[in-house]
Amino acid sequence: MTEGTPPTRIPAAGVPHARPAVAGRPVGGGPLLRMLPSSSYAGLSFRLVERSVLLYSRAWLVLVSGVFEPLFYLLAFRVGFSSLIGDVTGPDGRPMSYVAFVAPALLVASAMNGAVYETLSIFYKLRFDRLYDAVLATPMGTLDVAIGEISWAVLRSGLYATAFLGVMAAMGLATSPWALLLIPTALLIATAFAAIGMVCATLLRSSSQFDYIHAVVMPMFLFSTTFYPMSVYPPSLRWLVELSPLYHGIELARGLSAGTLDPTMIGHVGFLAVLAAGGLYVASRRIGKLLLS
Amino acid sequence: MSRTEAGFDDTAVVSARGLKKRFDSFEAVRGIDFEVARGEAFGLLGPNGAGKSSTMRMIACTSPRTGGTLRVLGMDPQTHGPAIRARIGTVPQTDNLDMELTVRQNLQTYGRYFGLSRAHVRDKAVELMEFARLSDRADDEVQPLSGGMKRRLAIARGLVNDPEVLLLDEPTTGLDPQARHLLWERLFRLKQSGVTLILTTHYMDEAEQLCDRLVVMDGGLIVAEGSPAGLIEQYSTREVLELRFHPGTQTRYVSAVEDLAERVEVLPDRLLLYTKNADATAARVSERDVRPLSSLVRRSTLEDVFLRLTGRTLVD
Ligand SMILES: Nc1ncnc2c1ncn2[C@@H]1O[C@H](COP(=O)(O)OP(=O)(O)OP(=O)(O)O)[C@@H](O)[C@H]1O
Ligand SMILES: [Mg+2]
Repeated sequence: MTEGTPPTRIPAAGVPHARPAVAGRPVGGGPLLRMLPSSSYAGLSFRLVERSVLLYSRAWLVLVSGVFEPLFYLLAFRVGFSSLIGDVTGPDGRPMSYVAFVAPALLVASAMNGAVYETLSIFYKLRFDRLYDAVLATPMGTLDVAIGEISWAVLRSGLYATAFLGVMAAMGLATSPWALLLIPTALLIATAFAAIGMVCATLLRSSSQFDYIHAVVMPMFLFSTTFYPMSVYPPSLRWLVELSPLYHGIELARGLSAGTLDPTMIGHVGFLAVLAAGGLYVASRRIGKLLLS
Repeated sequence: MSRTEAGFDDTAVVSARGLKKRFDSFEAVRGIDFEVARGEAFGLLGPNGAGKSSTMRMIACTSPRTGGTLRVLGMDPQTHGPAIRARIGTVPQTDNLDMELTVRQNLQTYGRYFGLSRAHVRDKAVELMEFARLSDRADDEVQPLSGGMKRRLAIARGLVNDPEVLLLDEPTTGLDPQARHLLWERLFRLKQSGVTLILTTHYMDEAEQLCDRLVVMDGGLIVAEGSPAGLIEQYSTREVLELRFHPGTQTRYVSAVEDLAERVEVLPDRLLLYTKNADATAARVSERDVRPLSSLVRRSTLEDVFLRLTGRTLVD
C-alpha cells in the first residue's frame, strides 16, 4: 500500500510518553475550577476570547467605529437639547444640567446594546458555523464557551464605556472621582446583558426572530429612566420600570456620576449580579442541550 | 490482564458495557460491549445508520450515553470529559473547521483550546501543515479549499494535542487515492509509535489494511467481532466466483447455480457464489449452460463478510 509514497515526516504526534512539558495538559485554572462542575468547565474560557481578538485584529476599524456612536449621542445632547431643556433635579435632589443627567444613562445603555448584539451573533456561530461543536471536542466545556463569549462582549463594551467616560470628562460632565466607577458599572450591565443575549441566541430558531429581541431592547432603552427621572411615572407603574435591568444600571451610573452614593446601590448591584450569574448558568446549559446531544 | 473492582480492564483504553444511546424515542445504540486495548487499531464497520458515529461521539465525550457503562482512559466521560478530551484527538464525520480563520490559524487556535502554549502551537501548526500537505496554503482562508484539503486539515487538527487515542469517523471519505494511501501510511506510523486508533469506514480495503480488530454494527448492535482475517474465515468461504450479468437479469440464474455454492449473494448486476474452490465451481457453472457476461475468481474479502452480516443472503 505504501509503495511510491514519498519519505514522510511524521509529526512528533504519536509519541505519547515523550511529549513536551507544555503539551497535553490544560494550563488554565483558577478558583472557579474548584467550584464548578468539572465536566463543563476546564478553566480555558479565555482561549475563546483569544480567537475573537485574532479576528478583530484584522478588523480593528470595526471596533473603533463603535466608539463614535456614543460620542454622537453626547454631542447631539450637548448641542441640541441643552439649549431647550434647562436644569433637572439630580439624584441628590440638587439641580444639574440635562446633559449631565443623561450622559451616564447613555453610557450604560450603550454597554447594554453592545453586549446584547455581540452575543446575539453567537446564533450564527452556533447554528451555521458549527464553531462550538469543534470547541467542545477539546477540553473546553460549555461553561468555558459561555464565559469566553460573554467575556469578549464585556471587554468590547468596556472599551466603549472607557471612551465614553473620556468624552464625558472632557465635556466637564464627570466631576466626581466616583465617576471612575462608571466603568465597572458598565462592565456589570454588559455582563448581565451579554449573558441574557447568549441565552436568547440559543433559543432563537431563525435570524428573523432577532426582531423580538429588538422589540424588547428598544422600549427598555427608552423607558428605563434614561431620559427622565422615575418621578415622572405614576407610582402604580414604577414596579414595571424596576423590572428593567437597564434601570438598575442607570440608577447606579447616575448616582456615581454625581458622586452621591446611597445604600440602594447595593440592591442594584445585587439585581444585576444575580441576572448575570443566572444568565451564565442557563446559557451554558442551553449550549450543552443543543450541541451535546 | 488486571481488572479493577468495577470489572473494567484497566489496560483498556476504551471499555464499554451495555452501552446505549437514545435520541428521544429512537435508540441508535442498543447495548454494546467492546474493549479497545492500548496501541490497537480498532475499526467500527456497519451500514448507514448502524450507530457508528453515535458510538464514536460517546467515546469522544461529546455525546452523553443514555445507558450502560463507558470508560475512556480509565475515566468516566460523564464526570471527566475535559480530562479525557485533553488526551484524545477527534476527527468528526463532517468537517467543522473554523471558516473565519486561515489554515494556520485553525491549527494554532485549536491547539490553544487544549491549553497549549503559543510557542508550542506555532511549531505544531507548521509540522501538521506539512503532514497534511497544506504548507503552501498556510495563510489561505479555509472556505475555498477543496473538500479533500479540508478533510486533510481536519485530520491534522485532530493531532494538535499529540493524542494518545485518535478517533477517526470516516477519515478518508472524499480523499483522492493518493491522499488515502498517504494517510494510511501515516496512521500506520502513528500506531507504531503507540497511538491507539479507533476508526469507522465504509471502505473494506481500508479496514483490512489498518485495523487489528473490527466490530461490525447493524441496527445499533454489534453483530460480529474479530480480526479482518478471522472474520473472513468465520463468515465467508475461502474463494468467491463473481458472475456478471446485464443488470436486472441476474436473478434468473439463481436457481440454476444455488446448489453449486455454500451461499449465493445477489447484487444488482451480479451473483456472488461463495465456495472453497471457485475455479471448480466456474467449470460446473458453464456445464449448466449459464453464460454470464464475464466471470471472476477471487479470494474472499471483508466486503463479503460485510454483505453477509448486514445485507440479505439468499442461501445460507
Ligand atoms: N442528534 C441526533 N438526533 C436524533 N437522531 C440521531 C442523531 N444522531 C444520530 N441519530 C440517529 O441515530 C442513528 C445512527 O446514526 P449514526 O450517525 O450513529 O449512524 P452511522 O453508523 O454513523 O451511519 P453513517 O454510516 O451513515 O455515518 C440514525 O438513525 C440517526 O438518524
Ligand atoms: Mg457516521
